[in-house]
Amino acid sequence: MNMAIVVKNLIHNYGDTAILKNLSFSIQKGDFFIIIGPNGSGKTTLMKTMSGILKVQNGLLEVMGRPIKTYSRKALGRTIAYVPQTMQADFPFTTREVVLMGRSPYLGMLGLEQKADHEIARKAMAFTEVESLADRKLDQLSGGERQRVFIARAICQEPQIMLLDEPTASLDLAHQVKIMDLMEELKEQKQITVVMVSHDVNLAAMYGDRLLLLKQGKIVTLGKPDNVLTYQTLEETYGCTLLVDESPLGKFPRVSLVPRKALDPSKKAGNHT
Amino acid sequence: MNTQTPALLRRLLAVSFLLSLFLFMAIILGISIGSTKSGIRSVLQSLLGGEASDSMASTIIWQLRFPRVLLAGLVGATLSLGGLVFQAILRNPLAEPYILGISGGAAVGAILGILLGFSRFIGVSLFAFAGSAGTLLMILVMSSGQTILKKDSLLLSGVMVNAFCSAIIMFLLSLTQDSRLHNIIFWLMGDLSMLDIRHVGILAGLIFPCFIIVFWQSHSMNLLLLGKEMAQSMGVNIRAVTLILLITTSFMVSTTVSQVGLLGFVGLVIPHLLRLLLGPDHRILVPSCIIGGAAYMIICDLLARVLPQQGEMPAGVITAMIGAPMFIFLLKRSGK
Repeated sequence: MNMAIVVKNLIHNYGDTAILKNLSFSIQKGDFFIIIGPNGSGKTTLMKTMSGILKVQNGLLEVMGRPIKTYSRKALGRTIAYVPQTMQADFPFTTREVVLMGRSPYLGMLGLEQKADHEIARKAMAFTEVESLADRKLDQLSGGERQRVFIARAICQEPQIMLLDEPTASLDLAHQVKIMDLMEELKEQKQITVVMVSHDVNLAAMYGDRLLLLKQGKIVTLGKPDNVLTYQTLEETYGCTLLVDESPLGKFPRVSLVPRKALDPSKKAGNHT
Repeated sequence: MNTQTPALLRRLLAVSFLLSLFLFMAIILGISIGSTKSGIRSVLQSLLGGEASDSMASTIIWQLRFPRVLLAGLVGATLSLGGLVFQAILRNPLAEPYILGISGGAAVGAILGILLGFSRFIGVSLFAFAGSAGTLLMILVMSSGQTILKKDSLLLSGVMVNAFCSAIIMFLLSLTQDSRLHNIIFWLMGDLSMLDIRHVGILAGLIFPCFIIVFWQSHSMNLLLLGKEMAQSMGVNIRAVTLILLITTSFMVSTTVSQVGLLGFVGLVIPHLLRLLLGPDHRILVPSCIIGGAAYMIICDLLARVLPQQGEMPAGVITAMIGAPMFIFLLKRSGK
């Protein structure tokens, strides 16, 4: 088996509303797998199901060759690390304390960390370059720094699969690239399968090995970026005019938004007639 | 590098030791000072088992002050731990049994129990537990629908629950006309003078297991503060942990309320003070709140006995005088 995650006929409903409609796909070990799609396409629900936060309502979900139901909570925590979209920072934990919490799937009830756990946490902090912030409190960090702390915490779980829900949302350009580069390093150096939800199709094009395009709980396409990110598919899925060309940086597509004024030069902004 | 194997354990022991010293001093002071001056030396003599200089002093110390100091300690420990737990579970730094109305609910239950003629233990305690569980349920229902209980909605629902409970208490009081009235009113304001050593022992027996259960969940409380989903993805059974903590906490809070009445804000003052000094790790905070809360309450009770020119006032007056301004300060700061 060289599949990290296998999904077969997955169905999920919230009350009467169908969110995931019979999804089937698989994610190879060691892939950088990015899920894209318009708002309300079920990306986050899919993510929460794969991370074990939501129960599988209907269908089959296999993690590293075993049905997810057969995992204990802690065993799942040792296999999959999850970085959710929003994170609280109300209580003044330090960076070190937060990263160390990533060890809890390996520890007993009181979570007493051994020397080895501290060493793993230190390496995780070094990996995401937050070691110098170890004793700073979480609420004193910038958004980008905080995101790197939470990723270090996830690395500290020593997972085989890492799931991230829009880790670059609300970050500035420099931090977006930094987080994405970090994920690529994680995949290459630690052979971790990275699964990410992203709104940014260009980041997905640049970093993703394979992309999954969702719309209204169904798979539109799944494949390499240049197979998924064609203008026909994207325009149909997102319902807006787009320009897709090849990026000057390499052999992957580049998606540009097209404003109305560019389509019809007579309708320039501020010139309503 | 300060990352030795038992770093946390060593820190826990050091902190507990220091706070225990503080608690010990509070106990000695609490036993020594009172309307009859005993002097620290005769107290120590008496404590060490030696024959006290006069039997009168010995009686006062052992029959009156000692149970009272122990009771104050137990109550302080319970209430500050209760505050700590509610702050973690509701992820709201202003949560506290008294402010949330949990204590008020327990009081309603307890008064009903007293008026129906039940005995102090088991009977009245069970009524108090039912009352606090009822208000807890009400609060959770009122502020449900949101994954995180917002500061304002939680506080507002607490205010309303409290108002409702006070109304019921007033109603019950208006039905009461005999000598129980004075007792109930004094008890309502937080009175530590009524229990003998046997009752204190029973109370301790009921409450100590709760302390252990909460400490056992202290790491889960840490994880919970990172958010439900994150905690869940690290192997925490959110439902079970929340349920265990809510039931344990409302049980221990209602049991103390049924014995000593309403002592407000203890669960606000101590956890905040200790969090400021020691950081947010619950594995340190839980034992610290137990020891520190005990010392704090003993001193508040001491002040309540010593400050008035004649007689004494309920300890609840002192805790509210210290706690209410602090609450306003914290509320103002959290609004920023």
